[in-house]
Amino acid sequence: MSATDYAPKPDTGGPAQPLLIVKDLQKHFPVRGGLFGRTQAKVQAVDGVSFEVKKGETLGIVGESGCGKSTTAKLLIGLTEKDRGEIIFDGLSLGQRLPLKDLRKGVQMVFQDSYATLNPRLTILDSVAFGTKVQGLKDPNGLARKMMDRVGLNPNRFAHRYPHELSGGQRQRVNIARALAMSPRLVVLDEAVSALDKSVEAQVLNLLNDLRAEFGLTYIFISHDLNVVRYISDRILVMYLGEVVEVAPVDSIWKSQAHPYTRSLFSAMPSMDPDNRTQEPPLAGDPPNPINPPSGCRFHTRCRFASDVCKSDAPRLDGLAQNAAHMVVCHLYDAASGHPRAGQGIPA
Amino acid sequence: MTNLLDIQNLTIRFKGKRTVHAINDVSLSMKQGETLALLGESGSGKSVTLKALLGLLPPKRTDIAGSIHVNGTDVLSLSGKALQRYRGGEVSMVFQEPALALDPVYTVGHQIAETVMRHKGLSKEDALSTALDMLDRVRIPSANRRLNNYPHELSGGMRQRVMIALALACRPKLLLADEPTTALDATVQIQILLLLRELQKEFGMGVIFVTHDIGVAVEISERVAVMYAGQIVEEGTTREIIRDGRHPYTRGLLAANLHDVARGERLNAIAGSPPALEAKPDACSFAPRCPRALSACREALPPMITPSERRRVGCLRADETLAAE
Repeated sequence: MSATDYAPKPDTGGPAQPLLIVKDLQKHFPVRGGLFGRTQAKVQAVDGVSFEVKKGETLGIVGESGCGKSTTAKLLIGLTEKDRGEIIFDGLSLGQRLPLKDLRKGVQMVFQDSYATLNPRLTILDSVAFGTKVQGLKDPNGLARKMMDRVGLNPNRFAHRYPHELSGGQRQRVNIARALAMSPRLVVLDEAVSALDKSVEAQVLNLLNDLRAEFGLTYIFISHDLNVVRYISDRILVMYLGEVVEVAPVDSIWKSQAHPYTRSLFSAMPSMDPDNRTQEPPLAGDPPNPINPPSGCRFHTRCRFASDVCKSDAPRLDGLAQNAAHMVVCHLYDAASGHPRAGQGIPA
Repeated sequence: MTNLLDIQNLTIRFKGKRTVHAINDVSLSMKQGETLALLGESGSGKSVTLKALLGLLPPKRTDIAGSIHVNGTDVLSLSGKALQRYRGGEVSMVFQEPALALDPVYTVGHQIAETVMRHKGLSKEDALSTALDMLDRVRIPSANRRLNNYPHELSGGMRQRVMIALALACRPKLLLADEPTTALDATVQIQILLLLRELQKEFGMGVIFVTHDIGVAVEISERVAVMYAGQIVEEGTTREIIRDGRHPYTRGLLAANLHDVARGERLNAIAGSPPALEAKPDACSFAPRCPRALSACREALPPMITPSERRRVGCLRADETLAAE
């Protein structure tokens, strides 16, 4: 694979313009039931999510199951239709000046389950070449072979095999090759290494780092494993029950988490020190159901610092006083919120 | 005092279209009340070991050699009534997916009570009060109400607590836990780990905790046995494994945890993938992936080196100082 084979759409806005801007993204899934299949309730999977991804950076998205991280990913590449909100890729708004097919030339995705996302009846070569054929690029098979070689799968050995003949790590390499065959500028990796064994996970992370440097890629890396996210990301976005609660550069959030939920999530990590094991669980109970999420701040039912204002008013995303790049959604940091500890933040 | 668990030269083969050499000459012992983590990747034989301990492997398709003794009882010779008494009475198990392991058509109270009635011969009333007591002990809020819930009415964390209550209801001497926290969220996982740690102290039972996550092993266990390709490649206290892991595979796993790797730094990944287990190993199974392998590693089984009591490493080069690398 040489750099000339990798031909992404040229940049339009220059380095200052974010590659991706997401504004007020919302997706509520109806829960149908009863005699006539009427909508009984709505799962508020993603509710008012906004963020930006700069060119060449890696944004890590973390959160527990049901927090909406995977739904967000699917909305980004149009696999699920959004209810509301705007997706702007390199200055062009999806659905207005940017048709879906063009978006997918620029944005590709790698999923968690490497087996379920490959067609069992297609050979590896056909799977990797499929997207480029659909988009009408020239010499899809030649490109696919080069891309397979680049991700560490010898095309002479693997091109004519089927997915079930490969190991999990090899299949995930196929998925990465398939995504990169389209010369995307942004790759969304949704728990892409989570199903792999630890030793294989490290190999794939090395590969992802190499590819990012070589092709100037931008990643959105979704995972529940904080260590992996810290390793690969420049900034981390934390989600809880369909909402963004904190966005910050990795080093800043690793040093001190501003949101009480983020703090708990980090304290829930195993200590890795036999002499200093975790003594207290940071949170009690499970996350609430995203059908009928709590009012106000959605975390107030599990938050140690919750007061009346948290139950009634939803806080807004704002930069911290000492570091504007570190943004948090919490009444504790808003001096005018009416919280008893307003403007003081959480105690260290 | 006899050992709680003694496994001698356990070898397990699955027969079928092709033979899988799942467990190859594993020996392992545990003292009363110890907590041992079996650490390994998929296909390393950790779950098969647990299933063999409970006699859950299908006899028609499985060849088992060697011996397993729990509290002096020869497990592999048990059958019929004796095996029923043993399962759930002496030894019980917590599975990875509580949603699949619990019966969806009975309330959780009923399921726990049934176990107690069968093993302890209590009346239904007494069994239900034992069930209530158990739900309290696993810190389920308003346990009285939860007794009449069906599994689908509970969250994942609650279900796993019920599963633990069910497993502990007959006060087993040995609890087997097969990745019980893998399917749970991070904030719930740590709750369950701490609960298991407390209950282990309270009940004084032995625990074998199967996991692929070295961080989880540190939180739960005093001792760790690392498995690879159906063999135990290293065993020691958790401290010894974390601070002074000697086997190249153990050290690869520790590095892959990313706990203290600088951001973006190239990872010291173990190359390749685990072997297919189609033949009985006649050399070091890890040699094809090992950065330190010698030709001797590919010619004969590695020696088991024992640097100290109850510490062992199955590596030819384990004695070499780490600095000499």
